[in-house]
Parts: sequence; structure tokens; C-alpha cells
Amino acid sequence: MNTSSKIYNTTKEALSGVLFDGMIILSGGFGVVGIPENLTLAIRDSKIKNLTVVSNNCGVDSFGLGLLLETRQIKKMISSYVGENKLFAEQYLNGEIELEFSPQGTLAERCRAGGAGIPAFYTKTGVGTIVAENKEIKNIEGVDYLMEKAIIGDLSIIKAWKSDTSGNLIFRKTARNFNPPFAKAGKICVVEVEEIVETGSLDSDHIHLPGIYVDRIIKCSSYEKKIENLTTSVGK
Amino acid sequence: MAWSREDMCKRASLELKNGFYCNLGIGMPTMVANYIPENVNVTLHSENGMLGIGPFPLLSEVDPDIINAGKQTITELPESSYFDSSESFAMIRGGHIDLSILGALQVSEKGDLANWMIPGKMVKGMGGAMDLVAGVKKVIILMEHNAKDGTSKLVKECNLPLTGMSVVNMIITDLGVFEIENEKIKLIEKAKDVSLEEIVSRTEANISS
Repeated sequence: MNTSSKIYNTTKEALSGVLFDGMIILSGGFGVVGIPENLTLAIRDSKIKNLTVVSNNCGVDSFGLGLLLETRQIKKMISSYVGENKLFAEQYLNGEIELEFSPQGTLAERCRAGGAGIPAFYTKTGVGTIVAENKEIKNIEGVDYLMEKAIIGDLSIIKAWKSDTSGNLIFRKTARNFNPPFAKAGKICVVEVEEIVETGSLDSDHIHLPGIYVDRIIKCSSYEKKIENLTTSVGK
Repeated sequence: MAWSREDMCKRASLELKNGFYCNLGIGMPTMVANYIPENVNVTLHSENGMLGIGPFPLLSEVDPDIINAGKQTITELPESSYFDSSESFAMIRGGHIDLSILGALQVSEKGDLANWMIPGKMVKGMGGAMDLVAGVKKVIILMEHNAKDGTSKLVKECNLPLTGMSVVNMIITDLGVFEIENEKIKLIEKAKDVSLEEIVSRTEANISS
């Protein structure tokens, strides 16, 4: 490992010194697209527990965050949708896991705001629903808005397609999703990528996420890239 | 004869106007895309970070990195663009999306919508539905007129947890098309061979026509 570099050789090294029990981890991805699948495995193997995990979904059975349910490392999830996971439902109904639902756009904005130094914001989303319970309502020019607080994580684990050696990132298609706002809202951001290229070989005008948000980079050789709902134009 | 699901999707597709940016919800609303008239150019938005949703791929074209909000594999179009989730919802909450078509459990006379939670059953989450109904310019509900047990889904007041208050503009069911204006439901079109009497008898909410 080059000591002045952001590049690490293994997922375990990339997470060394930043993991602790009870921490808040932001984990990128939508469904199982663009999830940090290898870093998730390393967190499972680290055996840290009582985690609060912020992620739009909770993986599927035996893949992605579903793996951390199997090992009961998650104490609380903050998500917008947890439908695809039987183990989650089971642990939730048993009272083993806490769940905070945040509407999808509110969840993304809470993290974007957290990364941008904005402690809270007002939105129409959720006004008049159970999401508004115990939250401040403010009338601005005749319209009711509710206040949502920013989220800042102890650690963000994200997935990008390519990184240069400076940590400038390019994502691929809909695998971008929550990764950039989560990267910004983590005190430490570790990214796993499919390819690392020399700084200078990416077009600076085409960088999706500047390296200032990225602390550690690990290139992973294996990607399962599971498909949740294979749908084709000639039948399944 | 009430409308079939295909008839309902066809009717809903007429609400997609040339130049619109639209978000279609999971399930029947997604199928509306199959009936967009050829001379109408609309751009479909997927809240996981894409504008310009293409058709489902051939098996040989499947790319695990391109999915829609229902996690189905899809394709891109020449005009497609990708962006992150906060950008995607800025489009929604900023009022840049012209139309959203969603399913529902209940819609009230005031346009309140309940479509995400049945108390006592496992709650899967609201996903992006609360953001969509709060931010999109026009919200159309596409749903069966009655639940499986026969109860009306057009109700005086929703008794299920809300997705949004006074957010629905139009409802398309197997019995007809309804608009909500000034907290009243107005019947604007009956399905083929469906009488006003049948609609009234199968509806809890008050309907004007």
C-alpha cells in the first residue's frame, strides 16, 4: 500500500481502524444495484454489531445487507422500502430490529444535506402522514412543510464503476443512485470500484463525484451483480 | 361491461401529453407505457436515477446496472440520462415532473391518498410515493374501483394511513374516469356499458356528474 495514497489492497484493510460497535453506516445502492457488495462482506466478517444502517433497502435474502441480517449485526435500519427480504420481516416482527421509514426523496436529501453542512430542511413530502409525527410543521407562504433533519454517518460504504488514483469517481447507469449523496454524508467514505485508472485519464468534465468526498478506494475483482427482477421483452 | 386492465391502461395513456416528463408507479401504472400513442413523445422518469426509460431488454441485452424503480431490468434510449437519487428527487419535489400515475388502496373526496400501508400487515415502506404525490404537477390514480372484498376504494375519508393529503387530481378505475376539484369527486367519463347507477351503488364517496 502506498501510504500517501487512498488506494487499499483488500476490503479488510480499506475498513481498518474505522469500524466500531454501534456505529452509523450509510450503504449505497438501490435494490441490489450499485451496492458495495464486497465491503458489505468485509463488515460481516469484522463482526461489529449494534449497527444503525442507512440504506434505501435492506438487500435481499443472503445478498447485500441481507448478509448482516443473518449475523444479526444490524440494530436499526433507516430505509424507504424493505419489502424484498423475509429475514428482515421476521426480525422486525420479533422486535429484534428497529426500523425508521424515511420517504425515498427525503432520505436522499437528508444525506445530501448532511454532507453539505445543512442541518435540516423543509419539505412537503409526508405532510399529513405518520412521517410528520413529532416533526416541526412550518407554514411558508401559505403552504405547510415539515422539517426533516440531516443524516451524517460515521462511515459511508459506496460502489462506483471507475475511480482514478485521486478518488474521482464515475458511476455506471442506474448504479449511481444513492452512492453520491451517501458518500458526501459519511465522516469517512470508502468506495469499492470495478476499475482504478491513473489520475488524468478520466475527462475532468465527466467526473460524477470529485475525490474530495472519497477517503479510501478498493478495487474488487468479483461482482455478483444479482438481478432482483429479470424482465425481458420476450418473456422471462 | 367494465373496463379491463388493458382498457384502463389505454385510457390512462391518453393523459400523457406530448413533451411530458412522467413517472409511472409500480404494477399496472408501469404497463401504461405500452399504450402511449405513437405521435406522442413523452420521457419516462425512474426515481432511482434515470430519465428516458427504454423497453425491457432482450435476454442478450440484459444489463444488471440498468433497472427501473420496480427493480425490473430495462434499456436506455438515445435521449436517456442518469443521475443520483438526490438529483432525481429534486426533479420530483421541484415540480419538474408533469405527471405521475400511481396505484391506490383508497382515495377520498378531498383527494387524500392511501397507498402504502395496511395496519397489522407487514409494512414494506413508502418508497418514493410520498415524494411523488407531494411534488409532481398532476397525480393520476389507476386502480380497481372496488377492493377484492367489494368495498369501495373511493371513500368519504381514508381510514388507512395516508401517503399524502389533497394530492390526487384524477382517478381512473374499471368503471370510469373521475376528477377531484374543490374537494369533490366528479365523474367525467363512464366505462363502456357502465351506468351511473352502477357507479353510484359501488362507490362510498359522493360523486357529482
